[in-house]
Amino acid sequence: MGRFMLSFEHLSKTYADGTRALADINLTVHEGEIVALIGGSGCGKTTLLRLIAGLDRESAGRIRLDGEVLSGPHPAVGIVFQEPRLLPWLSVFDNIAFGLSGVSAAERKARVTHALEKIGLVEHADRWPRDLSGGQQQRVSIARAFVTNPKVLLLDEPFSALDAFTRASLHEHLLGLWEETRPTVVLVTHDVQEAVTLADRAVVMQPKPGRIFDELPLTLARPRDRTGLPFETSVRRVLTALDHSLKAPQEQPQRERDRQAAALWW
Amino acid sequence: MTGNAASNAWSSHEGAAALAAPTSTEKRRAFDWRILLGFFLPIFIALLWEAAVTFGLAEGRLVPPPSRIIATLWGLAQTGELWTHAWMTLWRVLVGFVIGALSGIVLGALSGSSQTLRQLLDPTLQALRAIPSIAWVPLFILWLGIFEASKVALIAVGVFFPVYLGIAGAILSVDRKLVEVGHVFRLSRVQLARRILLPAVLPEAVIALRSGLGLGFMFVVAAEFMGASEGLGYLLVDGQQMGKPDQILAAIIAFALLGKTADSLLLAATKPLVRWQDTVRERL
Repeated sequence: MGRFMLSFEHLSKTYADGTRALADINLTVHEGEIVALIGGSGCGKTTLLRLIAGLDRESAGRIRLDGEVLSGPHPAVGIVFQEPRLLPWLSVFDNIAFGLSGVSAAERKARVTHALEKIGLVEHADRWPRDLSGGQQQRVSIARAFVTNPKVLLLDEPFSALDAFTRASLHEHLLGLWEETRPTVVLVTHDVQEAVTLADRAVVMQPKPGRIFDELPLTLARPRDRTGLPFETSVRRVLTALDHSLKAPQEQPQRERDRQAAALWW
Repeated sequence: MTGNAASNAWSSHEGAAALAAPTSTEKRRAFDWRILLGFFLPIFIALLWEAAVTFGLAEGRLVPPPSRIIATLWGLAQTGELWTHAWMTLWRVLVGFVIGALSGIVLGALSGSSQTLRQLLDPTLQALRAIPSIAWVPLFILWLGIFEASKVALIAVGVFFPVYLGIAGAILSVDRKLVEVGHVFRLSRVQLARRILLPAVLPEAVIALRSGLGLGFMFVVAAEFMGASEGLGYLLVDGQQMGKPDQILAAIIAFALLGKTADSLLLAATKPLVRWQDTVRERL
């Protein structure tokens, strides 16, 4: 984890109807870091992700990727949506290969087959998406984003529609894929457990207008034991910050003091 | 990783569920004998009428018994008349369908893909749609003459509107979320149209073409009523003027068979394009 990978400078987004979805977001994400954006509904988490993906344009400020200012969808940025969004007329194999149009056929086959192995769906390669369960479809969607080897991977609550058991298994699949190329990951979630399971840092956001309330480093060793005390403590810390962000909308967080307190805990 | 065992167990569990799925497909493919139940009523009534005429309970002059209709149909087939008329009708429908469907697809695609073009085209086309197509007949005859051109034009108008509406509506209702997937992978406009819009639109396009073809067969009758010397519609008019109800019924049956065959062919031709949608069977 060294140089900056992704940075937001005074990023703001105001929609045509006057809604201020994001106001003055400043944040840097390091290479290979997993950052969880967490916050109540309407705090602009998804808007932020859509700006990075190039699906919406920012009203002010800029996003930099390795120093380059982003304008529109970037080849090094991949995204997994809340819904699988698979193309129903393509087989599982072709769905995963969808973004690999500039790659030779042999290379494409190798990459997709490898991804299928990682998500445990090799035997379903020739099926239609409609034949898969919700969890399997989301796995295909994750594989589709990974095969293009993105430097930045955006995850927009990709597990929120799944049951807890499936979600836990998908976390494993995700980390398995992530460990191969270690892309920078920005994960939007409203599930604190999920943030603590996956992320190196939790960024707590606050609504109206959407802005950053606090940042909490999550320095637990991987693989993380969900039942251990450090895990529980981290979850509680994030929950407390989240609670504050919702209860005291105007209150400025005392980040330094929180950090020191956190440091003392360890 | 500690969770690997659990995740493997989970995938094999899902795998087992997926493996179990084909049994329901096989069940669906098994022949359902109750389909034959639908034949019971028409055959029963036909036999009843045949018996009533045979035993002199009814005269059967205006409503000929099935045997006489079949004999007429057979006679027309023997002399080759049936084929001449059927071929003429089919030719008119085909030409009209191709013209109407092509213009419907082109204008529907334009109107569906561009807001500006839609505002330019759609009000006029919607206004024209409000005119009952048969009302064009006198004008078409004045403009295009009494022969083939006016007939084909009428059929083309009939085919055009359902195709236009279907295509434009299908493009407008393509899921924005799938289009965004295309944007994320930075597809050009042409690639987006080819890889996402076109396949997404196909199922509704097939439905639009089928209803267009159905209307084509409806309008060919109207077209052949206005002074044709060949075609199944001519057989109808001729049967009425000559007082031959059996010939009318024979022509009606020929129409039904022709329309159904054309629809089935269209369905079979487009089936491979929409297989992902209407069957759960595996590809190939």
